[in-house]
Amino acid sequence: MRHSSSVKTLSSTQSLSLSAKATPVLIAALLGMFMLYGVGFAGSQTLHNAAHDGRHAFAFPCH
Amino acid sequence: MLRQILASAVIAGALAGILVSGLQTIRVVPLILEAETYESTSEPSSTATTAHHHDTPASHDHGEGIAASGVWAPEEGVERTLYTLLTNILTATAFALLLTACYALAGHVDGRRGMLWGLAGFAVFHLAPSLGLPPELPGSMAAPLYDRQAWWFGTVAATAAGLALLVFHREDVFKVLGVALLALPHLIGAPHPEVHGGLAPPQLASQYVVAALVTAGVFWVFLGAVSGFLFHRMEEEA
Repeated sequence: MRHSSSVKTLSSTQSLSLSAKATPVLIAALLGMFMLYGVGFAGSQTLHNAAHDGRHAFAFPCH
Repeated sequence: MLRQILASAVIAGALAGILVSGLQTIRVVPLILEAETYESTSEPSSTATTAHHHDTPASHDHGEGIAASGVWAPEEGVERTLYTLLTNILTATAFALLLTACYALAGHVDGRRGMLWGLAGFAVFHLAPSLGLPPELPGSMAAPLYDRQAWWFGTVAATAAGLALLVFHREDVFKVLGVALLALPHLIGAPHPEVHGGLAPPQLASQYVVAALVTAGVFWVFLGAVSGFLFHRMEEEA
């Protein structure tokens, strides 16, 4: 019992196992890529017109 | 951990999006607006190039041009500026999510290390792609869209993987592989139009390349520093 609690104290988020990190990392990465696609690359003319100057500024090849 | 990743990314993305919108008003946006004056007054000099939609000015003008073609576009002035601000905040948040996902994987991040991650982001998403596909003003000649997008995504992926191998592995074989991945997209070469040029004068185009890259560089260092700082702080609080 004492051993397990000391182990728990030691394990900060930095030393979380890879499997525990995998889900939040994957969610964040997929969300980031999805947003990047929508803002920077989506083909819709309306989205393009709204995002026009930002797309040019970030040099996304969107059109 | 998900809350820490998302919260630090959203706050850093909002701040960096606001900052970059301010920076863009110095050179980037004025150059875009100046290029559009050439776009609406002249025709492209060559039709040999595959159609870049800017090559057909009627299909692209903001304000009256778009209204005439029936596709919605923000009104010139405040509305267009606000949509650019929104675009910048969303783009910055998307990049910040990728950064904080990396922080969660790599660990040991703070504001200073975040700056290094930001520089890496700049190299991956801007510097390496700009070697083959420099930032373009409206009205530039360009190769077919899908070829350019494929090269862009390939370059981003190869540069990210190459940098990761160089930074996180000590063995020589990984270092060689890392350098090879960094070089590969440029050995393949970016797709280019048969005829280079555009509606705006060349000096305007080259000023734009510098302005866009410098702005992106400052943006990435700021985004990395703020997201790294926030991620670290939220880790301490957790």
